[in-house]
Amino acid sequence: MADEVKLLRTWSSPFALRIVWALKLKGVEFETIFEDLAKKSSLLIENNPVHKKVPVLLHNGRSVCESFVILEYIDETWTNGHPLFSKDPYEKAEARFWAKFGDDKLWLSVRGILFGNEAEQEDAKAQAREHLKYLEEQLEGKKYFGGEAIGYLDLAVGWMANLLSVLDEITGHVLIEELKFPLLWKWMQVFSDAPVIKESWPSRDKLVVKFRAMRDLYLAGKN
Amino acid sequence: MAAVKLLGFWASPFVNRVQIALNLKSISYELIEENLRAKSQLLLESNPVHKKVPVLIHGDKPISESLVIVEYIDEAWSDGPSILPSDPFARATARFWAAYITDKWWPLLTEYRTAEGEEAKAAAKEKFFEGLVLLEEAFVKSSQGKGYFGGENIGYLDVVLGSLLAWLRVREVTQNVTFLDKTKAPELAAWADRFTLNPAVVNVLPKTQKLVDFINSFTKAS
Repeated sequence: MADEVKLLRTWSSPFALRIVWALKLKGVEFETIFEDLAKKSSLLIENNPVHKKVPVLLHNGRSVCESFVILEYIDETWTNGHPLFSKDPYEKAEARFWAKFGDDKLWLSVRGILFGNEAEQEDAKAQAREHLKYLEEQLEGKKYFGGEAIGYLDLAVGWMANLLSVLDEITGHVLIEELKFPLLWKWMQVFSDAPVIKESWPSRDKLVVKFRAMRDLYLAGKN
Repeated sequence: MAAVKLLGFWASPFVNRVQIALNLKSISYELIEENLRAKSQLLLESNPVHKKVPVLIHGDKPISESLVIVEYIDEAWSDGPSILPSDPFARATARFWAAYITDKWWPLLTEYRTAEGEEAKAAAKEKFFEGLVLLEEAFVKSSQGKGYFGGENIGYLDVVLGSLLAWLRVREVTQNVTFLDKTKAPELAAWADRFTLNPAVVNVLPKTQKLVDFINSFTKAS
């Protein structure tokens, strides 16, 4: 029986993009269903009643929610394709640890720059740089976080490779300077150029417009 | 066989999670009790990012974050009884609820405690109980008529939620609210008693009075 795979996503969600990348790396055919988060479909609400968020993976009618959970599910289900994890439990644990770090710490500090006033931005930038130092260390001796090939952690923090330049354009703040973070700098180029990744990036211009509008709205709401 | 150390703190439910997982696999380990007000060099070096317990040190490799540690234990000691289910969809369901419990539901207890005013408290309480009902449904689906989320035996979700029971009970005492409400979540209430008495758990979860004394010692000190 052929697998029926659908992905509920938005055009811009970096969390949903992780799943696009994973499915493509595995060579899994899937149907994309774009959601309007201002008018959520009954399909989304029925399949993710707890969070009502994207991404949601529908595999033969059953739903899997939360991007990290979905990534693990994809790796465990399509075992013949490109592996997302090392077989070594310790390397797996490290990948999971840093992925969580990326979402809990780094993403928050990047949002702080995006949505902050000048003082908040300086604080957030200092924090983001501390966080990036850790990720820089993880790339020692490696082409990707996953080693020779793209892995779970690359997908988890891959949003950096396009959103940081969007952040730069909107706020003027550059986080990954080649001299300060040479490995991350290189990784961003190499990761972005990988075919599956390159063909999936959302429109940069649209992202700039969207995040600029969000920033303006957020700052207006604070004053 | 490489030595196993656990940097922990008796009152931490997240440390308890790891202890229960180690017990399920019958792993011998050295428990190093940390003074969280004067953290050891070993802790600061083993978890420089968060400087928190639990940290599992297997040989010379440190692993941090309780959920990451539990999955590591399951995978590194693969010949013991499995903690996570084997089916990918069941694993995804367990991981989903583990994230929900840890990131969304458990913080609601703190939200309730720190809420100011009747309205805020009532709102927080309602959110907490909505979550409890979701977890009751999840339990019924997952247990399939057996005693644990994991079925016949304790599994991942039992460990994740069950490790929080000691603090849930303490808060019932200090807040004078029945958080594990039998009328709203009868199966979970029965599971809670069953879980607490399980051999892998019985000596791990701190006793309610000891935690009450612990909380009181904090409030006196501040």
